[in-house]
Amino acid sequence: MFLFVVFALIALAAAVGVITSRKPVYSALFLLLNFATLAALYIMVEAQFLAAVQIIVYAGAVIVLFLFVVMLIGGGELDDIGGRNKKFLARLTWPRGIALVLGLGLLVAVGYGLLSGQLMTATNDAAAFGQGSVQAIAAVLYTDYALPFELASILLLVGMIGAVALAQPPKKD
Amino acid sequence: MDYLRNFFVNLARSWTAWIGGFLPDWGVNLVNYLVVGIILVLMPVIATLTLTWMERKVIGRIQNRIGPNRVGPWGIFQAFADAVKMLIKEDIVPSGADKPVFNLAPILIAGAAALLWAVVPFGRGMIGQNLNIGALYVVAVGSITTIAVIMAGWSSNNKFALLGAFRVVAQLLSYEIPMVLSIATVVLVTGTMRMGDIVERQVAPFIVVLPVAFITYLLAAAAETGRAPFDLLEADSEIVAGYFVEYSGLKFGWFYIAEYGNLFAIAAITTTLFLGGWRGPFVSVAPALGPFYFVIKSVAVIFVLMWIRGTWPRFRIDQMLAFAWKVLVPASLANLLWSAIVLQIGRQPEQLGPTIVQMILLLVGNVAILAVTGLLLGRAARRYAAQHGWAGA
Amino acid sequence: MTLPTLNFLAILPLLILVAATLLVLLADLVVRNKRVLTFLGLLAVAASLAAVLLVRPAAPTFQGMTLADELGLFASVAILVATGLALLLALERTSDFTRRPGAYVALLLLATAGMIVMAKASDFITIFLGLEILSLSLYILVGFAQRDARSNEAALKYFLLGAFASGFFLYGMALIYAATGSTNLAEISKGIASHSASLPFAPLLPIGVGLLLVGYGFKLALVPFHMWTPDVYQGAPTSVTAFMSVATKTAAFASLIRVLAAVWSGDRPWLLALAGLAVVTMTLGNLAALRQTSLKRMLAYSSIAHAGYVLTGLAAGNDRGFEGALYYLIAYTFMNLGAFATIQAVQRRDQNDVTTEQITGLSTQRPGLALLMTVFMFALTGMPPLVGFFGKLYVFSGAVQGGMTWLAIVGVINSAIAAYYYLRVTVLMYMGGATAAAGDIPRTGWAVWTTLVITAVATLALGLWQQPWMESIREAVTLLALR
Repeated sequence: MFLFVVFALIALAAAVGVITSRKPVYSALFLLLNFATLAALYIMVEAQFLAAVQIIVYAGAVIVLFLFVVMLIGGGELDDIGGRNKKFLARLTWPRGIALVLGLGLLVAVGYGLLSGQLMTATNDAAAFGQGSVQAIAAVLYTDYALPFELASILLLVGMIGAVALAQPPKKD
Repeated sequence: MDYLRNFFVNLARSWTAWIGGFLPDWGVNLVNYLVVGIILVLMPVIATLTLTWMERKVIGRIQNRIGPNRVGPWGIFQAFADAVKMLIKEDIVPSGADKPVFNLAPILIAGAAALLWAVVPFGRGMIGQNLNIGALYVVAVGSITTIAVIMAGWSSNNKFALLGAFRVVAQLLSYEIPMVLSIATVVLVTGTMRMGDIVERQVAPFIVVLPVAFITYLLAAAAETGRAPFDLLEADSEIVAGYFVEYSGLKFGWFYIAEYGNLFAIAAITTTLFLGGWRGPFVSVAPALGPFYFVIKSVAVIFVLMWIRGTWPRFRIDQMLAFAWKVLVPASLANLLWSAIVLQIGRQPEQLGPTIVQMILLLVGNVAILAVTGLLLGRAARRYAAQHGWAGA
Repeated sequence: MTLPTLNFLAILPLLILVAATLLVLLADLVVRNKRVLTFLGLLAVAASLAAVLLVRPAAPTFQGMTLADELGLFASVAILVATGLALLLALERTSDFTRRPGAYVALLLLATAGMIVMAKASDFITIFLGLEILSLSLYILVGFAQRDARSNEAALKYFLLGAFASGFFLYGMALIYAATGSTNLAEISKGIASHSASLPFAPLLPIGVGLLLVGYGFKLALVPFHMWTPDVYQGAPTSVTAFMSVATKTAAFASLIRVLAAVWSGDRPWLLALAGLAVVTMTLGNLAALRQTSLKRMLAYSSIAHAGYVLTGLAAGNDRGFEGALYYLIAYTFMNLGAFATIQAVQRRDQNDVTTEQITGLSTQRPGLALLMTVFMFALTGMPPLVGFFGKLYVFSGAVQGGMTWLAIVGVINSAIAAYYYLRVTVLMYMGGATAAAGDIPRTGWAVWTTLVITAVATLALGLWQQPWMESIREAVTLLALR
């Protein structure tokens, strides 16, 4: 429980850091910290496989991509795009308002679910993970979710063909 | 004598018994975790101190020189002298550098190098944590290095550093794929991701069963750690020293430690995955021999890597990426496919590790893949040479 | 552990398409004559069509991830026909605007696969994967004319807004999952039916469905979410526009019908919301189309309007309306593909669009093309006895039956507005004098002719001869079991 609180607080702080940093690079690095703490939380619930994949996918690929793009386009400080100098209410334009409502909606729902105990039914699964999370995930992935798994591979194939087709310079006349 | 047979485990037992005399249970656990942690964290430092000396000696001999010979007998204290020099140098942060990121990068990279050691089995039961995803953990920790290098390159506010970081992205991401594929082959054959169990189930060293995977892994790992001939990240003659040009003093030292820590770590992982780890003659009689075998095998792998460094010129970046995508990836994919097929032949339920017949079939397939790869590479090389009108093609 | 039996027959059409894609990619490396690739693609589409029609697997398959019902079959046929025609249309042009005809054919086939997945999916996971496969393929296809700045702009715009729409989709799915505890449509339906009051997060359900509607709105180009449509339809290579304007609609509408059937509670407010969406979509689409000088842009706005007509059928909320919507989708497939095929035939080799000026006096240059274009324009207007008329008839009568006479009236008024710009094209072609230079219009190849003839014949015949396949539509709707 103690460790959980520590990691949860770090994750929260990092998440706040992502949206308040003025330098895109800092945002990306805070995001990395957030993902890393999430991985630690996964380990605490015996989902080691998920933790490792979290690190590989996010630290190894997504954040690297972010940083790469940020470095390519310079990565200085953000201008006053969001009207940072205005008061809070003045900044609350309608898209932000909708986003706020939706975010709060999910927060309230999940919070209510946790407090009322309705989201706590997954303890049996955690025990199954303990038996070896790789096997547990594979057992579900290749039986119940075989079709989505294969479809995801088709999606990757599309991405691959597209990358090659678009990266090819246009034909000269 | 019996004590010596399983010396390390017995030592740990007596130590636990001793501190258990005056500490509560949780205290014993805490102290033991700390001790193991400190030992593992010190591994990169030890590796740096010994391997720099070894590297300079080996490279020196390859280049028909003697190498360091002034400080101490055969120059073995040269590394210590260098370390002292590094400690007392001025710590410079270039103007315009992004200070927090600049300071964080060396810590992160050295931390990643230390983390790798958590899953290396030095002997039976001598493993920091026999994680059920050990093999995956190795890959995951390796990807942190990429981030650290990018951070260092970007925050230095230096063109060459940034160029080095750009190269890193291309290189590390490309070579991660054949590396993961060759690790996956071993995982498939042994049926486990626990590093300890991989050694246990490795009746014959996988270097003679899966040579393709071994070669792919060694090359990819050399590229991942930026060892010559894949050292484009720091290519001194092109981009000065790449991502860590601007670092000095102890921060530079951290990169140094990370480099040699990683070198030792990949040698240790190669040993674990392909050379039978701590297995060797008489280990079942005297388990204390295991760590010695392990270190000897690792040093042999390190020697091979140094040998490669001493004799091969550096790749050009496009050649290097083409090599990863057009040679290593197809070869290791073919190997993975063949392994999956072979493991279905005569599979027994609850089988641990491959049977003799399966091992022979695996070897045959591997040799075939090697032959085809070599053939295609040779043809490509001849065609390339003919295009450029080089003689002796 | 026992492995469940995977009913591969149920996804046979998909397997054929994906296998053909890989084959095309391989053949691309060795074949000199790139037209072979298109023929391979056509063959795959034909085989897939045969598989859809001949192999009737039973029972929900792949653990309820996908369904093999009449609706899926119906949508698959429409999508595959559109793919086949689009491939034919592109036969002479692929090497024109791209260096990679292999990738073009492959992506077209994969987009088709994604659409079929989406149309047949009965689980949010598969719906989303199908959606992403088709969207990703289309983003790339839209940007295939790399030398054309418009095409690049269109691809980027489509990608950004599409990614945005995917976000809405996912959030909506997440909220519905939170509300009902399942991603499976059948389970969701059951959950809502059995204990809708005691569901833990019942208030999340309408929000989730609303967000999902927004996502579908983006994909279907319904009005508040239609901004991308004209630019994308204009910028994309014409054969791609022809394909995406019809096939995406079929897939997304089929999926939307499934989702609505699952979360349906027969509530009047929901129907009114859909009806409102339909009214805005029709009206805005038609009004904007009036002023266009580019034919592709005009058809883009008209496609927005047509989405509105189809939505009218859904808003009716009864079997009649749903049948009408499905009928309309088939009708729209043929008449719109035909219209775009004519544009493809008329447009100059170095151009990717046709202006109203260019078709002025087309009847003197190319009487055949002008005649066919007239047929398609009449069909889109809704002239009897062409398919467009019956489509509108069924949809509007559904609305009347559902007690929304006002919606039907708005629809009829809109059809009248639309008649102006459709008929203007005809008027220009026949009475506008001869401004089009004879050399401007390239010779029309046999493949384009085939497409044109097929679509024209279908536009005529499907209106006159509808008994057998209306049966199939009825069955599809009955099986949905609307409450």
